[in-house]
Amino acid sequence: MFKVKRELAHLSDEALVALAARSEQAALEELYDRYGRAAYGLALRVLRDAALAEDAVQEAFLAVWRTAPRFVPERGAASAWILTLVHRRAVDVVRREQRRRAEPLEQVMEQGGGGADEEAWLRLQRERVQAALQQLPDPQREALELAYYGGFTQSELAERLGQPIGTIKSRMFAGLARLRELLGEPGMETSWTPISTT
Amino acid sequence: MDADLHDLTAAYALDALDADEADAYEAHLARCGPCRAELATLGETATALAWAVEAPAPPERLRARILDAAGAERTNVVPLPQRRPWLLRATAGLAAVAACAAVGFGVWAGLLSRSLSSERSARATDARAVEILADRASRRVPLAGGAGVVAIDPTGQGVLVVRRLAGAPSGKTYEAWVIPRGGAPKPAGLFAGGGQTTVVRLKEPVPRGAVVAATVERAGGVGAPTQAPLFSARS
Repeated sequence: MFKVKRELAHLSDEALVALAARSEQAALEELYDRYGRAAYGLALRVLRDAALAEDAVQEAFLAVWRTAPRFVPERGAASAWILTLVHRRAVDVVRREQRRRAEPLEQVMEQGGGGADEEAWLRLQRERVQAALQQLPDPQREALELAYYGGFTQSELAERLGQPIGTIKSRMFAGLARLRELLGEPGMETSWTPISTT
Repeated sequence: MDADLHDLTAAYALDALDADEADAYEAHLARCGPCRAELATLGETATALAWAVEAPAPPERLRARILDAAGAERTNVVPLPQRRPWLLRATAGLAAVAACAAVGFGVWAGLLSRSLSSERSARATDARAVEILADRASRRVPLAGGAGVVAIDPTGQGVLVVRRLAGAPSGKTYEAWVIPRGGAPKPAGLFAGGGQTTVVRLKEPVPRGAVVAATVERAGGVGAPTQAPLFSARS
């Protein structure tokens, strides 16, 4: 069963989105295999409820399926697009449900999803982003984490942190810009184009 | 009023605007090139936060749920039976795609003609390789020329990790090399590629300053590289 799967596996994310736009279901399947795990982890982090997280991921991948014909590669990577859809969906739900947010996630067991190789890779990615986050000044990291994982709006953040909204905006901007610098080195990108052997 | 909207890019990238603010920002985005450019970069950085999350894998059923729902939505597509084995479904899909001349990916011809018989035997992951990767004392050097990393533990034992490496062509293999500073390349292992993540434990220790590289060679490997490296990392 891995043979054909492997052939699709050599396509870039963007090529898979183009195939999904042509109703090629195997392409959606491959995109799910690449990003479903990150998507679910993100949705679970924001929503803190497995059933809601599953719904959010499903809605987001169906949005990928429906809107793939309108995806514009020039505006950003397909992986970012997919995870943005997941995040937006999760944030919408968490705001609507008024769930309590941003408390640390209870200890979760590391579970196999794609074999030890894949686990090792995901761990490398995670450590890299976490290490970069740790290098941010506390107020910037706090603003990014509460906004992104907590689903708080900038106005809610201003109120919660007792800061003017302008300060919150600056912290979010400075935090993202610094994070971008810290993550800037090549070779560890979370989306990729296939390596050609010819 | 647009002046106020320029500085909403970071908040928008983090989904930290309420609905009205987001609507206003999106309207602004349509007429502000610099904000579109800024959003492209900040948005990608915001997405990196998704990778920092430690969470369990999604339940298996979610995959089937999504694919079933997607299949049900596209009624213009001839539905494929849901319970056929993956290979048959995917093969039917690929044939349909290949037949579609409008698909502009030259890669397809290569994909479909490439031997499907280079099936890699199911390989137990080298536990030591995973240990080296997990060791926080390991140095990690990103690859140049490909997505991946070389990790080297304090004793010099190294692991090469490559993402999305196409399977080696028929009759060929990938060969890893450790090239000490000022020295000749030493063969450091053969690998087939083809998986989502290829992990290769290097058979030669990696001294500081050495280059780790990989080439495509004839099956069975060679004693000295005959090709230019596909990718490499200086430790």
